[in-house]
Amino acid sequence: MIMRTYFVAGVAALAFALSSAAQAQVQGGSVSVVVTPEPPMLMQALNQNGPTNMIAGNIYESLLRFNERLEPQPSLAQSWEVSEDGTVYTFKLQENVTWHDGKPFSADDVVFSLDVFLREVHPRWRPIVNNQVKSIEKVDNNTVRLTLKQPFGPLLLAMETASAPIVPKHIYEGTAYASNPMNNTPIGTGPFKFKEWNRGSYVHLVKNEDYWMDGRPYLDEIYWRFIPDAAARAVAYETGEVDVLSGGAVDIFDVPRLSQLENSCVTSKGWEMFAPHAWITINHRNGILGNQQFRQGLMHAIDREFGRDVVWNGFGQLPTGPISSKTRFYDAEVVTYDYDPEKARELIKASGYTGEPLEFLALPYGETWTRWAETIRQNFADVGVNLQIVTTDVPGWTQRTSEWNFDMTFNFLYQLGDPAIGVARSYISSNIIKGSPFANVGGYSNEKADQLFAEAAIVPKEEERQALYTQVQKLLAEDLPVLWLLEMDYPTIHRCNVKNLVTTAIGINDGFRDAWKE
Amino acid sequence: MNAFTRFASNRGAIVGLGLLLLLVAVVLLAPLLYPQSPWRMVGRPMGAPLAGSFLLGTDTLGRDVAAGIVHGARVSLLIGVVSTVVALLIGVPLGAVAGYFGGLIDDLVMRFTEFFQTIPSFALAIVVVAILQPTLLSIVLAIAIVSWPPVTRLIRGEFLSLRSREYVQAAITVGQSTPRIIFTQILPNTLAPIIVMASLMVATAILLESSLSFLGLGDPNLMTWGYMVGAGRSRIIDAWWISFFPGVAIFLTVLALNLVGEGINDALNPRLRKEDRK
Repeated sequence: MIMRTYFVAGVAALAFALSSAAQAQVQGGSVSVVVTPEPPMLMQALNQNGPTNMIAGNIYESLLRFNERLEPQPSLAQSWEVSEDGTVYTFKLQENVTWHDGKPFSADDVVFSLDVFLREVHPRWRPIVNNQVKSIEKVDNNTVRLTLKQPFGPLLLAMETASAPIVPKHIYEGTAYASNPMNNTPIGTGPFKFKEWNRGSYVHLVKNEDYWMDGRPYLDEIYWRFIPDAAARAVAYETGEVDVLSGGAVDIFDVPRLSQLENSCVTSKGWEMFAPHAWITINHRNGILGNQQFRQGLMHAIDREFGRDVVWNGFGQLPTGPISSKTRFYDAEVVTYDYDPEKARELIKASGYTGEPLEFLALPYGETWTRWAETIRQNFADVGVNLQIVTTDVPGWTQRTSEWNFDMTFNFLYQLGDPAIGVARSYISSNIIKGSPFANVGGYSNEKADQLFAEAAIVPKEEERQALYTQVQKLLAEDLPVLWLLEMDYPTIHRCNVKNLVTTAIGINDGFRDAWKE
Repeated sequence: MNAFTRFASNRGAIVGLGLLLLLVAVVLLAPLLYPQSPWRMVGRPMGAPLAGSFLLGTDTLGRDVAAGIVHGARVSLLIGVVSTVVALLIGVPLGAVAGYFGGLIDDLVMRFTEFFQTIPSFALAIVVVAILQPTLLSIVLAIAIVSWPPVTRLIRGEFLSLRSREYVQAAITVGQSTPRIIFTQILPNTLAPIIVMASLMVATAILLESSLSFLGLGDPNLMTWGYMVGAGRSRIIDAWWISFFPGVAIFLTVLALNLVGEGINDALNPRLRKEDRK
């Protein structure tokens, strides 16, 4: 078997050494981060809420990390090889890694995590390991081999820390995972160790002195602060009480003001892996909404630039189709819909719409979404579409969306780096299932799209995948299964003297390994 | 002195009446003053008052604040009046029955009323609106549900005292039917306190509706003052006018209703007038 080998580790380390020689990292220091809301738990393999990932991504590690171009970088795996036919992945692990409780880490932990633990508990890893993976085996103490049933392009991207965190076998083997008391004091291999969780107030992480990467981390400790009110979070940053506001911690309209403070830096990077894509979900089962011409009319009616510039304060980019421009296999060469009320009126008239009222289920995620819904209702009113907003709370929204009980609603989903993982799920007919707001709840069904998505996930060559995804983007942009509105930005605001904070595709979720304070 | 001159001699009441008439005029002229929808984005976002072509400035999306206030006046008045009428329709019959018949019926009605009075009214209103989904109808209903118990207690008290009057006893002796006694003998004599109370209830209802809208529990398809205050509050540092002017509108309306209510009270209960009590 011919092997393609990636010696990424050495190259990356060298590049880093060269680039960082100019600035001397300072050891020590404490950083306070605001994260919202307070996570339910920190055991990342059991819970993948946004706040859980932000904190636990610095406690746990997976085999790989990803830079902002979504290229794999070494983490617990120092190098990896992929067979020519794309079915055998061999990971060479870091040496001298220990768990936070002092026990040694080995290939056994990796096999246990991927083959046993995550197969049972992880909603994203489970379908991959069950449908794509033939076997996961230990070759020697520092080598793990993963054999696939067929090529699966996004496999490496599924090795991101929230998607496949490595958990300690000696703690979890043979126990009831969800009720293991050690879930309260997570043990990982990462650069920071769990110290204390003062519920309702903060989580305290301290430096892992025995971290496998020499000299890291630089910081002594991190405080993750929970402050329930958005205005109070902004004030905490203004008064210097905290150093970092994680993405989404403050209202988007406060970002310009806070980033203009002295010693304040803002970045939209660090969300490339997630690339949240916001759209209007259309319930294709409800009368006129199943009409392609009508949907095209709606798309021309929406002033998406106004939404981005005024409602979202200029943050984000306008999407062209189902795949975010930050995600792999994006293709901009598709039909686009500019703001054109005249054309919208013609298309809507031609579609046979007779003025019946349509309901818009508001997304109860704060006032920015409410304002956005109001502008869209006005955009629609301008072209004669009668949209009535219905408000509800978060459980109400989740329930009505999961049960297909809506005409239109907002939604935003993470793209997770690869269309096979984060994009296809919203459009393929096999995912028209009740019970989750993140399934294909609109009921869009298109055989051609199903086929293209299915094929693109398993063809071995990147170029072939690109060709298929290009086709699917053209097809969906024409058909408009949903109305894409915005590639959302979640700006991270931080003191400028916290350096090197956002260097990966998941930003502060694993960024504290390399961060230091001047 | 007749009732009107007594009302007119209360300067505050005249001011209040003037404000109310102005408000009604604004409501009637709204389609002429601001023919466009108040939701329409018409100008630069967060434009200051008088700076552009907008008298009271524009909100975070560039909607005209003045247009919002004018259109919001209609919703506020409508909800205030309708929910008061509904509350009276619940409260008056219950109070009349309880006060007239007394005994077990009185006990039952009063315990039922107390049940509602022990629940904080704003919390109850929030629960009702949240369960029914915020629409114009559910908001009117919620406000009526929390506003009727005081009416019942007031009417019951009136009926208790009026029932033993000689003219009522006479009517009973003559053999008038019970409904007839209630509606033609006693009820007309309770009108004065009902009117006074109703005018104050309209004010409370407007405040309640504004509070609900402020919290985001208003009808999302209706422009209301409470909604405007709520939507503008997070920008109060850099665009005070978005929430300030609707707040002033709420303040003046509630003040006017209270002044008028007091004026009516003076006019209808001359013996209780403040000046006389001195």
